[in-house]
Amino acid sequence: MAGPSIDALGQFRLTTGLGPLGRAVDFTNSNEAMLASAAIIVILFALGLSRGALVPGRVQALVEILYEFVRNMCVDTIGEEGKRYFPLVFTLFSFILLGNLLGLFPYFFAFTSHIAVTLSLALFVFAFSTGIGFYTHGFRFLKFFVPAGVPVWLLPLLVPIEIISYLSRPVSLSVRLFANMTAGHVMWEVFAGFMLLLTASFGVFGAVTSVVPLGLNVALVALELLVAGLQAYVFAILTCLYLHDAVHMH
Amino acid sequence: MDDGRDQQDFERRLAAARAAAEGSGRHKRARSEAGAASRAINLAMRLGVELVAAMVIAVVVGWGLDRLFHTTPWLMILMVPVGMAAGLRNLVRATGTGSGTDKHGA
Repeated sequence: MAGPSIDALGQFRLTTGLGPLGRAVDFTNSNEAMLASAAIIVILFALGLSRGALVPGRVQALVEILYEFVRNMCVDTIGEEGKRYFPLVFTLFSFILLGNLLGLFPYFFAFTSHIAVTLSLALFVFAFSTGIGFYTHGFRFLKFFVPAGVPVWLLPLLVPIEIISYLSRPVSLSVRLFANMTAGHVMWEVFAGFMLLLTASFGVFGAVTSVVPLGLNVALVALELLVAGLQAYVFAILTCLYLHDAVHMH
Repeated sequence: MDDGRDQQDFERRLAAARAAAEGSGRHKRARSEAGAASRAINLAMRLGVELVAAMVIAVVVGWGLDRLFHTTPWLMILMVPVGMAAGLRNLVRATGTGSGTDKHGA
């Protein structure tokens, strides 16, 4: 059967970027998108903070809102010590947010739709917060796995449960981001491919009825915009929560 | 003379700005409702993954220990209920007590 078919996962394929130089060092389109999002953040902040006006202009207001949003999130979730971890949380938040948003544009690559990327981010957060826990409390941090106020004979059952629950953090953190981004992009591709299939199979009638998947895709753009922001927010606030656990141990 | 006109102009602009600020206050309330809704959505998205993630980790840990101790299916089977319990623990922790915010139940 010839004609168009739906290749929903082809958009996540890695290719090399930057021409022959990129091919030589395996510089992928995912790396390109990462560099682009990092560069956009840096340029945006350089532009926004260069004037430092008392009454902010558009770019400065955007930059200040972003800064204050993440700062409040840190202080509200972690407490006063949260200020120390603000640079980390802000970097993660802005990097993931820009990655999600860039991925929404046609022909752009959403690097957060790869589990390799999100899992390494999540493992870094996990290792960092565990390290902070041991750094702050020493070996008393292991008491984090012993729930307070339970009879001793229950501990052999509860400690493994707490440990598994703790170990599952990087998995849930990475899978959530990766699954949301992948699912959104696959849905787009499926609906768009469905339009082509309708037109190829039913001619003019199919072309007219393909208004329905087109409308669904338009609605999906709004939903994906929400998801892109929300998932970056969730990743950042969970990082804050894990750091809170490491600092306060409860 | 000119000062008087400036003063008048200033009062007028102040009143306009106050009215605008009040309007944006109403806007803010609407936005905080939208914020509550989006928090609820983000919580709902978290819960399913939390449950499954604990299960996956428990099975992987059990499988690894089995390979280590040559006790093939048993530790993995033992870890399945532990993983379920850990998943429920995650849920309780994620939902917290009472409020729908990200505060801790523990």
